[in-house]
Amino acid sequence: MNILLFLIPIALILGLIGLGAFVWALKSGQYEDLDGAAQRILMDEEDDSNPN
Amino acid sequence: MGRQNISDNARVDRSVNTGGYSTLAQKGLSGEYELSVLVSGVHCAGCIQKIESRLAKDEAITKARLNFSTGRLVMGWEGDKERADEFVALVENLGYGVKPYDPRTEADETQKQEKFLLLCLGVAGFAMGNIMLISVGLWSAEGEAMGIATRELFHWLSALIAIPAVLFSGRPFFRSALKALRGGHTNMDVPISLALVLATSMSVWEIFKHGEHVYFDSAVMLMFFLLIGRYLDFRARKNARSSATDLLSTLSGFANVLGEDGIIQRMAIRDLREDMIVQIAAGEKLPVDGIVERGESTLDTSLVTGETMPREIKAGAQVYAGTLNLSAPITVRVEKAAEDSLLADVVRLMEQAGQGQAAYVQIADRAAKLYTPVVHSLAAITFLGWIFLGGIEWQDALLIAVTVLIITCPCALGLAVPVTQVLATGRLFKKGILVKSGDALERLSKINMAIFDKTGTLTLGKPALQGEYDEGTLQMAASLASQSAHPLSKAIVNAYDGALINIENIEEISGQGLQGIYKGQVVKLGSRKWCGVEGESQSNDLELWYRKGGDEPIRFILQDILRKDAKAVLEKFNQDNVETLLLSGDREAVAKDMAAASGIETYYAEKKPTEKFDILEDYKAKGHSVLMVGDGLNDAPVLAAADVSIAPGTAIDMAQNAADIVFMGENLGPVYEAYEIAKLSQKLVRQNFALAIVYNICVIPMAVAGMVTPMIAALAMSGSSLVVIANSFRIKWRA
Repeated sequence: MNILLFLIPIALILGLIGLGAFVWALKSGQYEDLDGAAQRILMDEEDDSNPN
Repeated sequence: MGRQNISDNARVDRSVNTGGYSTLAQKGLSGEYELSVLVSGVHCAGCIQKIESRLAKDEAITKARLNFSTGRLVMGWEGDKERADEFVALVENLGYGVKPYDPRTEADETQKQEKFLLLCLGVAGFAMGNIMLISVGLWSAEGEAMGIATRELFHWLSALIAIPAVLFSGRPFFRSALKALRGGHTNMDVPISLALVLATSMSVWEIFKHGEHVYFDSAVMLMFFLLIGRYLDFRARKNARSSATDLLSTLSGFANVLGEDGIIQRMAIRDLREDMIVQIAAGEKLPVDGIVERGESTLDTSLVTGETMPREIKAGAQVYAGTLNLSAPITVRVEKAAEDSLLADVVRLMEQAGQGQAAYVQIADRAAKLYTPVVHSLAAITFLGWIFLGGIEWQDALLIAVTVLIITCPCALGLAVPVTQVLATGRLFKKGILVKSGDALERLSKINMAIFDKTGTLTLGKPALQGEYDEGTLQMAASLASQSAHPLSKAIVNAYDGALINIENIEEISGQGLQGIYKGQVVKLGSRKWCGVEGESQSNDLELWYRKGGDEPIRFILQDILRKDAKAVLEKFNQDNVETLLLSGDREAVAKDMAAASGIETYYAEKKPTEKFDILEDYKAKGHSVLMVGDGLNDAPVLAAADVSIAPGTAIDMAQNAADIVFMGENLGPVYEAYEIAKLSQKLVRQNFALAIVYNICVIPMAVAGMVTPMIAALAMSGSSLVVIANSFRIKWRA
């Protein structure tokens, strides 16, 4: 059962990393324009288009 | 649209709207200027790209990002602040409308709420995943297989994850429950909050007691499922009407004010006061009610009065805000400031209507009203029953009562409505029908009367050329007409798709027509008199005369034609026992013809916005549930006041904002399609409720009897939610 002492923290840390990534994405505004994001995949990349 | 007209309009717009934006630009942290504007007319990826890449071509621009959902464009640039107007003009020249962005709008608030819900959902999801991971171990090692120490470790771990998660993600429910309790009543969030808090604290108690079962998994899963429902519901309602923002957007913008010293000054429309003199260019919308001081022009009054024909105006004429100055610049003496104008009256009516709307109780809320007392008393009876009849400890009795609360928790009820609404609106969206508020479908399914506006709703809203004409004549007329923004000219241009020829010295004479010179001959296109025809027109049709030199004048007949399927759609409504009406601001004769052509028996003509509003209120008072379909400013109050409203995509912004549903395209069919799907989704919602009730009837006895373990509770709960979701998905396949 000692393996649990490693596995459970690892599972929790992985989960927390996922949660942290989600919170970061949310805070940086990636969920503000979901319809726009769906449209943007149809756009051709252009060198002069501004990525930001 | 005529090819040349687009560039023509853009040119007019640029001279009108630009200016004043530089005052709104703000300096950012890195020393760049930033400006937010609202862009209208963005429909697809192409639009986003066109706007963003056009701006990015300018070297000074460091940032150009268009939010597709809200239409907000954020621009950042280095250098001169004054260049703001230049950048706005760039976007306008691409053919999009630009308005100043007002950060006080509700959109910001909504976005904050949405973020908060998502954050709660994310945390709940994380907690649920990890607790389940632990719980599976606990469930599968029932009995002696797992040592007590390990079991306790697992329990403590669950508590460590669950308690902060419930405190954090349960807030949407706690807040709403507290608010309801403070107001002296209860809502669906009260039993939810109670179940969450009790399940968590009872589990903590169990840990200290070294008990065998904890309920953290049930509590967190319950919370996660409910948050999904909450988030979907929020998304479905997000775009609900907001008249306050309408007022801001209509009155935002600038006007050219002529000072006493003859200097023209740009002023915000909301700062205009009585007796100021405002200059209005051709192609510009009137910002105020007033009297024409100087100049002769034609006004497109269709937004205010619903009339198709432009009105001729000269000095001394009364003009209203919201009308469009078509042919020549005029100066207007302000009679009423923007807040007191007819336009503002319309807005006030809309706000009044909006308050009436709030009284509507959704089916989900009505269900909750019945449901909460039942659940509360059931749990209380279970608790007391076990103590007094079962003779067990109060802690154990409380545990069973909590199980009852958890298992009856309205997961399925909370999902029944939002999931169906999201799927139904998604299906309609694919057909070009945009549903803005989630409960619109519910209201739409209950109508027994449909009122249609004439211009732009039953008809296409722009005159079209009727009959057959000689190719050469049409080419000449179109070439002349291409130089004018008048609706009749546009109709002629639209009717001809060959190449245009070059006519020299084209000039537009206000209220008369166009004239130009071709191969030494004068060619004219315009009114009957202008082309030298005697007498008055005998029919209701619009007409335009063309004359080349001394030749015989030729008459073009134009009509604002019915949408192709209008009659069929109205018939379908009648078959479903929905009464149809025509409510128009246009002249009696025109309205009568149109009613006859579309098969409507009852019609009203020559009605002003306030009268339209009264007629609607009258029908509502008589107990009718009314659907209003309209597109103009004059329809906006009625759209807002009706039980549910639909506007075509060609409608003015204000009508589109007031309406619950907006449809695209040249057909009226989407109106009926929306009605059909609304009825279907309502049927599915009722089925979902029935399923949820059946589920409750099955499991409640088990819970009351104390036979439900945490695993069964978890399974039963997700099972019922999945069944409800699966049932809702049928809307995708059913016709």
